[in-house]
Amino acid sequence: MVDYCAELEKDIRFQEGLKSCLNCGVCCAICPAAEFYNYDPRSIVTLVQQRNNEVIEQLLKSNTIWYCGQCMSCKTRCPRGNTAGMIIQALRTLSQQLGFFTESEKGRQQYALKKVVGENILNTGYCLCPTMVAPELHVEQGPMWEWVIANIDAVYERMGANYRKPGAGVLRKISDDALQELAQIFEVTGGKEFYKTIEDFSEKKAAEMNLDTTNGPMNDYLVHVYTTNSGTHSGNE
Amino acid sequence: MQKQPKSTQWSLYQKEIANDNYFYGRSCIRQNFFPASEKTFLKILREELGKTVLEDPNHTTCTGIGYHSDVVPFDTTQTVVARQFSLMTAMGLKNMALSCITSFGLYTEILDTWHHFPEQLAKIRELLYKATKREFELPENIAHASDVIYKFRNEIAQKAKYKLVNKETGEPLRVVEHIGCHYSKMFPQSGVGGAEFPQVLSGMVEAFGGEIVDYPERRHCCGFGFRNYLVQANRAYSISNTKKKFESMEPFKPDFIITNCPGCPMFLDRWQYAIAEMEGKTYDAQGKGIPVLTYEELAGMVLGYNPWDLGMQMHQIGVESLLDKIGVAYNPEDKYKDIHGNQLPVPECPASLRGKILDTKHK
Repeated sequence: MVDYCAELEKDIRFQEGLKSCLNCGVCCAICPAAEFYNYDPRSIVTLVQQRNNEVIEQLLKSNTIWYCGQCMSCKTRCPRGNTAGMIIQALRTLSQQLGFFTESEKGRQQYALKKVVGENILNTGYCLCPTMVAPELHVEQGPMWEWVIANIDAVYERMGANYRKPGAGVLRKISDDALQELAQIFEVTGGKEFYKTIEDFSEKKAAEMNLDTTNGPMNDYLVHVYTTNSGTHSGNE
Repeated sequence: MQKQPKSTQWSLYQKEIANDNYFYGRSCIRQNFFPASEKTFLKILREELGKTVLEDPNHTTCTGIGYHSDVVPFDTTQTVVARQFSLMTAMGLKNMALSCITSFGLYTEILDTWHHFPEQLAKIRELLYKATKREFELPENIAHASDVIYKFRNEIAQKAKYKLVNKETGEPLRVVEHIGCHYSKMFPQSGVGGAEFPQVLSGMVEAFGGEIVDYPERRHCCGFGFRNYLVQANRAYSISNTKKKFESMEPFKPDFIITNCPGCPMFLDRWQYAIAEMEGKTYDAQGKGIPVLTYEELAGMVLGYNPWDLGMQMHQIGVESLLDKIGVAYNPEDKYKDIHGNQLPVPECPASLRGKILDTKHK
């Protein structure tokens, strides 16, 4: 069995995030995720502090580690300098490296995040682009955003942007040379390998669930993980 | 020892903000949703204040959204940020002004990591060189772009055409300031006023004649939560947290909201629309929603820039009620025109927000 604690301790964010928790619960009082989900950052810190390998494995396979919104309010408040949000980052990384993320509904969403945000970074040099925020998938963006997308070139030109054109400025086209450098950075730092790990474990899970990953960018598995909410996460069900 | 009044405790947290010669780091989210705000920042710095601000077109995303969505490893993100430092170094600059709060928080975190783990800095230097043959110097000063506007707030106020005052009553406008979480919650010393009493936006508002509203959930997250908005199935987290803020600020009757994070104004704007559509509920007395501004829009507005040059037509909550309160001059017919003055199609009117969004007088 893998020594999960030893693996976590290799992550600099785990070293920085876990000092010694006195279980005061101040982090829970400030945490937006604790308010919304059946989630408790204090428990996360307590569990990893106890160094019980079996319990940590359960955690790595659970929905629990995927609830945090990464606002890092916990860091401000903790009187002992712990940061539950950074411990969460280390747990999420390890969960993906070991393929445990596909065992939970919230963890499986990493496939959509890799496909959408992850690939866009390498394809365009941006985390997001206007056309990624498709009005049909983002009704909350309202009719104004539909107007932006329907008149995209004219609107961004009016805003003074340099949309998809070479040179400097807002939403410029990132040069091929710069994209190549970005790709090289991902190659030598393990970013591409990490993307592949997410993809490989997700494809394996999709096969188990009889969902297709090959039928286009909005494939069956992606749509499933992007939209499924079992309604079992708030603790009020 | 005399206890310092709460309202001035922010003065314990001061930070040095460079005076000139900035390398500008653009924001993915701001470029998408508030593109004219970045243009306005550069115009104010260069044309109003005579400062040097340079950018390199080869600057890319810092990967921040991917990093906090846990698909980009920390080593990768550090090396991408190191590449931005290399672009700055190549321009002979030492001061960064960053448009994005996620980037600002990440750069601060990375520099702190390298400070405590010098071997990590050495590793990233090696990785960047291996990938790109680039080398870099550490920046001497990192500011969020709102820090820079804060630094020059009095100079901007002196040039201002408008004050944040209700033209009918002569009373200061009541303003909610919302600070992006990653501005100073992680590293309080990196923000003006720290995490408890950040002064970066309230200082601007007061310099421009407004009055800050204090309310219980002032420091609560806007509700972005990265994966909690990016994945459709999780968006109830996002809207619920935003709603909590609106319910908390409603009794204080704010005239508008100002933010320094590029994502927060989008969420505070769009979720107001969504709540109005879902529940028929708005958080202002007129049923039009509370306008949400970026700090660049705020500074440009008091300087008398055309609201449509500032990009305020890209808000779902109309800004006209605010413009009218102050008495800002604008032409409602120009709101949906292209750069050549041609009329574009007009967006549909939301069902639940009172008055057409084109109806700028809001009678």
